[in-house]
Formats: sequence, structure tokens, C-alpha cells
Amino acid sequence: MAAVMNSLPAKPSASALPAHGRTVALGVLAFAVLAVVGFFSPKWLTFLITMAAANGLVSLGIVCLMRGGVVPFGQGMVFAIGGYTAALMFNKLGFTDALGLPLAGGLVAVLIAAPFAPLLSRYRGIFFAMLTLALSMVTYGLLMKLDMLGGSDGFNVGRPTLLGQKLPDARVGYILYLVTLGVATVMGLLARVYFDSTRGLVTLAVRENELRVEYLGGSVRQAMAINFVLAAFCGGLGGALVVMSLGHIEPNFSFWTTSGEFVFVAILAGWQSVAAVFVASTVLEVVRSFSSAYFPNTWQLALGLFLLFVIRFLPKGIGSLWTKGSTK
Amino acid sequence: MTALLEARGVNKRFGAVVAAADIDISIAAGERVSLIGSNGAGKTTFVNMITGYLKPDEGRITLDGRDITPLAPRAITRLGVARSFQIPQLYGDLSVLDNMLVANACHDQALSFWQPARRASALDRADALLERFRLAEHRERRVAELPGGIRKLLDIAMALTAAPKLLLLDEPTSGVSAEEKFPMMETIMSALGQEAMTVLFVEHDMDIVERYASRVVAFYSGRIIADGVPGEALATDDVRRYVTGELLQE
Repeated sequence: MAAVMNSLPAKPSASALPAHGRTVALGVLAFAVLAVVGFFSPKWLTFLITMAAANGLVSLGIVCLMRGGVVPFGQGMVFAIGGYTAALMFNKLGFTDALGLPLAGGLVAVLIAAPFAPLLSRYRGIFFAMLTLALSMVTYGLLMKLDMLGGSDGFNVGRPTLLGQKLPDARVGYILYLVTLGVATVMGLLARVYFDSTRGLVTLAVRENELRVEYLGGSVRQAMAINFVLAAFCGGLGGALVVMSLGHIEPNFSFWTTSGEFVFVAILAGWQSVAAVFVASTVLEVVRSFSSAYFPNTWQLALGLFLLFVIRFLPKGIGSLWTKGSTK
Repeated sequence: MTALLEARGVNKRFGAVVAAADIDISIAAGERVSLIGSNGAGKTTFVNMITGYLKPDEGRITLDGRDITPLAPRAITRLGVARSFQIPQLYGDLSVLDNMLVANACHDQALSFWQPARRASALDRADALLERFRLAEHRERRVAELPGGIRKLLDIAMALTAAPKLLLLDEPTSGVSAEEKFPMMETIMSALGQEAMTVLFVEHDMDIVERYASRVVAFYSGRIIADGVPGEALATDDVRRYVTGELLQE
């Protein structure tokens, strides 16, 4: 029987084939549903989801790196670079487009992070985490000291435009909500495509066995460096989007506790599902908002207990609820 | 026959331990060479030097006339050298199919950001190799759940993805029960039979060596003490004394 089984050709199942069409459809559907929900939602809720989506982008970058087996503790650096880039372009250059600013934030974050990628790709574990933390804290120190960047107080940013049009007062929050959700949807879909690609699979392999990847002809350092740069782009995008909605930037964007929150979301989400990153980011914002309202000085306690709960019962993150059995 | 692999004056020491001493060897394309010797004789060190994991203290190793001594494992792999490991080096959390797809992806010169790892051509290549190694029924199983023998076969199947010129098998039957050794070697050799590749395999079981090797190279204390067809090499006094232990028993 075994011999007969062995001789049977193994046909790829439908589920084994790429399902990007389905993923895109789901992403577009999610965006459409949230767009409608946002239209009828109170301002505080659209703002909360805007922040969750923008911060979720930073955590998505961390998930990129987590899939390769490393966790950065300093993503606040690229978050701040993206934010300051958007804010400075707005205030100093007069460039105010709500789609162009995030793109510029992401690209400048890549430009600044890329030279560090070859160095960081050599390190793993706590060394990688601490090096990224060190970079973010150096950035924080510089931002605090540079008066031209507003020093410790930071500075305010005006209201962006969209495709040359001024945003109406009554709808500015909703339009920025749509822009942020749109960028998050596009980046989420691109991340899914990347995770399912040959490079994405090699990243998973790096996490488990670097030696074998090298013996199969793959480059571990290249994979790690690319993931670091992609994470920088996501972080820069997120920073710029947050600044546009907040209307303010300050050095705290690069502080280690900010980086810690992004890591918190990434761990909460797990590394298997892209959607889980945004769900986890929303959960964090909800827990933070309601805890702040009802337990003003102990919201971190509520957050910690929530994380303990998730680690105990969902060690692979929220995403494992709907990716059960998946090895990717 | 032209030499595919050549080692000239290769030496390697680990402190006071001599792992390779003046290794001179030439291996022609298409040969099936078994490296034998007791534990610590220098077989795996030699394999590790060919693949670039260890660098010789002296001497040079060439592949198709090109000096590969200073190259990193990845560069040597890309020149056509693949290996399996005594302890299979796999991705335990991934499925058997995904392990094969990782091998496929690494082999592709241009890794893509958007080309799906599970595209039809990659699946066909992976499935064809899984068929040859009789692993098709395990295709969707997580590697961490597989028995040792199956992992060994998968380890070798992954190495073959790149269609190498030279395949190095480090103790392909170690950790496998005595009854399973020959069926396993049959599976490996029948899978390799379709490839015109040179094979070097480290082995301790002399019955397997006699049956599957066209040439035997015996190591002792980092030196080559015998080199020839199995019947002759295994009959030398040095091999009987230092490798099989027959003379000591007598």
C-alpha cells in the first residue's frame, strides 16, 4: 500500500496555489466596510482607528523582521524620521499632499536606515534588539538637542491637502482616516504578497536554520538587510501618517517606550497574519484609550495583563486564531 | 576521466589535533566515492573544507579547475556543490513541501519579492523530487513530526534541488536502523541514478560501502591510508587495522 501511495503523483491542491486575487478582494472589501463604518462613526472612533492603522504599519515592519527571527527594539527611530520628514516638508518646503508626505517619510526613513542594514544584518537576538534600540535613542537625543527641530517640545504641523485640494473642516478627520486606511490596505496587501514570495519563504527559513540557507545558496545577510530596509519604509510611512492626523511631532516618537509599543503590537499579532497586525494595533489603542479613561494612572497595568493573557493562551499571537495549522 | 574535484596538500589542525594532513586526492566526474574511517579520522573535516565551512590551514581545493578554497559555502553551492548533513538540517516548523520550496527559492539566482514561492513551476520541481525520494505522501506534514529516516531523505532531496555537479552525503544512513539502511540507500541511489553527478558519501557501514561505492578513500588521523576500488581498499592492512578493526580482532 505504501508503495502504491508513494508512486501516486502528488498534485498541488488548490489551497496550495497563490491566492493573491482572494487576498486583494478581501483587502478591498475590508477597506470599503471600514470606509462606510467610518463615515457614520464618531470622530473619536475614526481617530482611534486612524492611529491604529498608522501605528500598525510600523508594527508590520517589525513583523517583517520577526519572520526572520529578529525583533528590533528601536523602530521608533524610523517612525520619528518619517514623522519629522513629513512635518519638515510641510513647514519648510510647503509640500502638503496627504499622499506624498507619507511616501516621502517612508523613503527618507529608508535612506537613513539603509546604511545601517549591512551592519545590523550580522547580529541576532538581543544584540540586534539592543543595536536598534541604541540607534533610536541616539536619534531621540539628537531630536531633543536640535532647536531647529523644536527641541523637546517638537512643533506643530498644519492641515494637509489632498491632490491639490484643501480638506474641509468638517471632513478632515474622515479624509485622513481614508488616506491612512488606504495606505495601510495597500501596504498590507504588498506585505502578504511579499510573505508568500520566494524571498518571504527564505526569510522564514532564515529564522529556523541560517546554516542550511547558506548551504542551499541563499544569502542570510541579504535577506536580513532587505527586511530591515522594508521595515524602515513601513515605519517611516506610519510616522508620517500619524503626524498628519495628530498635527504635532516631538522627539518622543523615537523614545524607547514608543518602540516598545510597536513590539507589543507585533507580539500580540504574531508573525503569520498581516491582518492580525492591524487588529492587534486596534486592540492596543482601544485598551489604551479605555484604560486611560477608567484607570488613568494604571493603564500600563491593564496592557501588561492583557499581553500576559495573550501570551498564555495565544502564544503565536492573535493571528493564530485564523491561521491555525498554517506553517507560514 | 577529467578531475571534477582536486585537493592538493590540504592540511588542517585544531590545536594539537591533526584533522587533515597532506590530503592529495583527485575525483573524476561521475565517480561514487565513499569516505571511510573511524570517528575523528578527518572525513567530515574534509567534507567541510570542500563546502567552505572550514578553511584549510594549507593547500588548495579546486572544482573544475577553479580554486574554491577561499570561497564561502554559498558561493561554492552556486558553483555546483551540494551537501546533506549527518544530522539533517531542515526547517522543522515548515512542511515537507515548504522545505523543498525553500531549497528551490535559494537556488533561484534572482529571489523575487512578488513571485509566489508556491508557483506551478516550483511545485512541479519539488513534487518531482519528492516522488523520486518516495516522500510524496509526507508532502504536507510538518518536518518536526517526521521520523529520522524520512528527514534524512528530505535533507538529501533538498540538496538535489540545485542539480549539483558534486553531491556530498555526510553519513546518509546514520541513525537509521540496520533493517532500514539498505532500503534507504536503495531509495537514495535510485533517486541519484537519474543524475550524472559525482557523489562523495561518508559511511561507516562497510556492506553499504562495498555495494554502492565505485571507489573508497580511507582516512586515519587526518591522512589518507587507502584509496582504490572497494575490494582492494578494504582489504589493505591499514584499513583492516584502523578502520574495520579486523586485524585487531585477529
